[in-house]
Amino acid sequence: MSHKILIADDEPNIVVSLEYLLQREGYEVSVAVDGEAALAAIESGRPDLVLLDVMMPIKSGFEVCSSVRANPAIAHTRILMLTAKGRDTDLAKGMALGADDYLTKPFATRELVDRVAQMLASKRP
Amino acid sequence: MKRGDRRLWAAIAIAGLVMALWLVLMSAIVWSTLSAAERAAVAEVLAGRTGLVFVGWLVGLGGVSLVMRVLHRRYIAAPRRLLEETRVVLEARGLQRLKPRGTREMQALALAVNALAGQRDALRSDMATQVAQVSGHVQQEKDRLAALMAELDQSVLVCNLAGRILLYNQRARQTFRKLSADPQLAEGAELIGIGRSLYAVLDPEVLAHAFERIEQAVARGDARPAAQLVTASLGGQLLRVQVSPVRARSGRAATGDGIEPAEAAPHTQAQKQTDAITGFVLMLDDVTARVEADAERDQLLHGLTEGSRASLANLQAAVDMLAYPDIEPPMRERFLAVVRDEVRSMAQRVSDLAARSTQSLKTRWPLEDMRGADLVAAAQRQMSARCGCPVELDGVDPALWLRVDSFTLIQALTYLGSRLVDEFNVRFLQLRLAAAGAHAQLDLVWTGQAMSNETVMSWEMDAMRLGKQNTPLTVRDVVERHGGEMWFERDRVRHQALFRFLLPLVADARAPMAEKSVHDGVEARPEFYDFDLFQSSEQTRALEDRPLLELAFTVFDTETTGLNPMQGDAIIQIGAVRVVHGKLLRQERFEQLVDPCCSIPAASIPIHGITDEMVAGQPKIAAVLPVFHTFARDSVLVAHNAAFDMRFLQLQEASTGIAFLQPVLDTLLLSAVVHPHQESHRLDAIAERFNLPVTGRHTALGDALMTAEIWLRLMPLLAAQGIHTLRQAREAAQKTYYARLKY
Repeated sequence: MSHKILIADDEPNIVVSLEYLLQREGYEVSVAVDGEAALAAIESGRPDLVLLDVMMPIKSGFEVCSSVRANPAIAHTRILMLTAKGRDTDLAKGMALGADDYLTKPFATRELVDRVAQMLASKRP
Repeated sequence: MKRGDRRLWAAIAIAGLVMALWLVLMSAIVWSTLSAAERAAVAEVLAGRTGLVFVGWLVGLGGVSLVMRVLHRRYIAAPRRLLEETRVVLEARGLQRLKPRGTREMQALALAVNALAGQRDALRSDMATQVAQVSGHVQQEKDRLAALMAELDQSVLVCNLAGRILLYNQRARQTFRKLSADPQLAEGAELIGIGRSLYAVLDPEVLAHAFERIEQAVARGDARPAAQLVTASLGGQLLRVQVSPVRARSGRAATGDGIEPAEAAPHTQAQKQTDAITGFVLMLDDVTARVEADAERDQLLHGLTEGSRASLANLQAAVDMLAYPDIEPPMRERFLAVVRDEVRSMAQRVSDLAARSTQSLKTRWPLEDMRGADLVAAAQRQMSARCGCPVELDGVDPALWLRVDSFTLIQALTYLGSRLVDEFNVRFLQLRLAAAGAHAQLDLVWTGQAMSNETVMSWEMDAMRLGKQNTPLTVRDVVERHGGEMWFERDRVRHQALFRFLLPLVADARAPMAEKSVHDGVEARPEFYDFDLFQSSEQTRALEDRPLLELAFTVFDTETTGLNPMQGDAIIQIGAVRVVHGKLLRQERFEQLVDPCCSIPAASIPIHGITDEMVAGQPKIAAVLPVFHTFARDSVLVAHNAAFDMRFLQLQEASTGIAFLQPVLDTLLLSAVVHPHQESHRLDAIAERFNLPVTGRHTALGDALMTAEIWLRLMPLLAAQGIHTLRQAREAAQKTYYARLKY
């Protein structure tokens, strides 16, 4: 059975690439374009992993991340945060709020695919 | 009834008594010589005529009274008046002389007093010369310091430990003007002033914290104790304040200027550290604009980094996808669209950034705001003197304000002009200045042959030489410093050639107006400092019991439409000045016309000279009173015939909620205290008595200034009567005869 991945990003220009890429890798991919939709999609679709952009309308990635971790039903969801914010303070905040990993834009798609595979293979503690 | 009159009555009564006794005595003597028959006859004659005798006595007494009155006036009232006037001379600082009048002896006495006063004045001026010589350099240093402060391009304030301002400069006044709630009204004079409290404008807790930190640093022995803070003013501006202590070098003064013994050295070291703080120096900086600029720069940077990162991520992902060889044509088209879109948005971002950052690049070199006409005039002078040919101005737009480094710009123009004269035999130069969109174009024009592009290029790129003086700068450097441009152009029709400079205009055309000095041209040396306030020991006594010489007074006057506030007469002008520590602060003035919301009666216009047209568009009393109230804060009000002005102010209390609760002194009453025997206590009469020049009378500010001058002269006269404190002054005023009059 293939893993389910949710892409939460409001930029269609990246979503189109990520969606294509991950589908090629054999994942079942869904998309949410703001924080609130992302949270709803996580609760209803129960994806195994979320690619979570930090800067999204309505709810930021940080908010979504902490909401996920606060809800026991979905707290086990793996979260890979994507952000254009390059400061180490943002990275520290993301990790503190419960992200499993963190990628700063721009990134090589190969690296993303590797990280996703790695995260899905390892069990969440 | 005047005091002296009782003596006159007593004298008349005694005269009457003496006359009566004389009559009785003479009658008794005559009676004793008469025989019994004669006595009976006389008694019979007199019996019906006692009334006649009495009337005779009364008529005699009347005659005597008249003589007495004349004598009283000549020999008692006149000397008394002379006494009062002599006392004025006694207290006078300047040339004050008596007018000889009355009897010959009185005139001689007045002349003798004048002679004495002359000797006193000569002696005094001798003394003054000596004192001036001795203290001259101290004053000079003080003035130099104050002048330096005044010219500083930074707001500087000095306050004593209680937070009272004892020095401020022109720049500080401008800063505070911006902080003022209504800058048009008092130009910030209601906020900043000698003796005013700093706490009224800056957060007392923030300041107290800074002062405390400095005191701790001083106690620690910190060599340069200072504190910096950023605080928001009441108006919302951000102020950066640097605070340093003012320390009295008491230790050094105690040990004297002589050579100190070696073992005393560590002692003086310790003493230096504990030098008492007597006040603080504050340097204020309105950083609102700078913080905004910083925020904008941050935003630019932010947009550049984060925005570009996101775009680059999109690009990279799309390019990575395009690299798959088996990609279907529709998907391929979609990824190419992403690439095109992102490249376009990146390009847009970069050009936006470039447009916005040139603005901040321009501000890097310290450029000054200068009126274009002034710049061109200065350039004309400089070039005429150094280029060796006449320079004319032609078409200079007087409304333009430029942001320029005038020195290097004029250097560049002079350099170009000199080369034109030297190398192209140009005999005649012209300067033109006009607006060109967001820039100004400054043209250096000549008639004659054209030059090659190579020549223009080399003139532009050569280091400028002016006579024997070499500069490292090129014309191009100067142009770039201004973020401008420069080129060579030919006007074939007029057979002219020109160098055209594009120069930046002042962004906000109103900005330079703020640079205008406050009340410029009032006086050569403004009273922006009073170092005596360092010694001020306020708050130790209640206001009532503090000496008049230590207090701050707001001396004011109002012009009104009439005399009856109850019947609708209203204030049309308020004028006020401050008197602090016995000094008149002419710079700290308040002058405002007020729209009375009704027409000004024609009958009153000759008195105050204020017409309906003059008050049209002026603020209403409800807008003016709050500012005047702030201006008068922490001070005692002084006015001539104060009850009249106060009545007008009090009637506004209900509608504006502004109450003037501070103590009020009346120069009319106090003049009567000092000179009870003078016939008139009108402002003009008092001014004449004090030998004050009468100028600007019957404008509110003119009368307020006059009242202030009078108040300054009344204070020592009151002191001579033992009236030193505010309480004593008020009690004395209340007791005077005039206090019982109702206005």
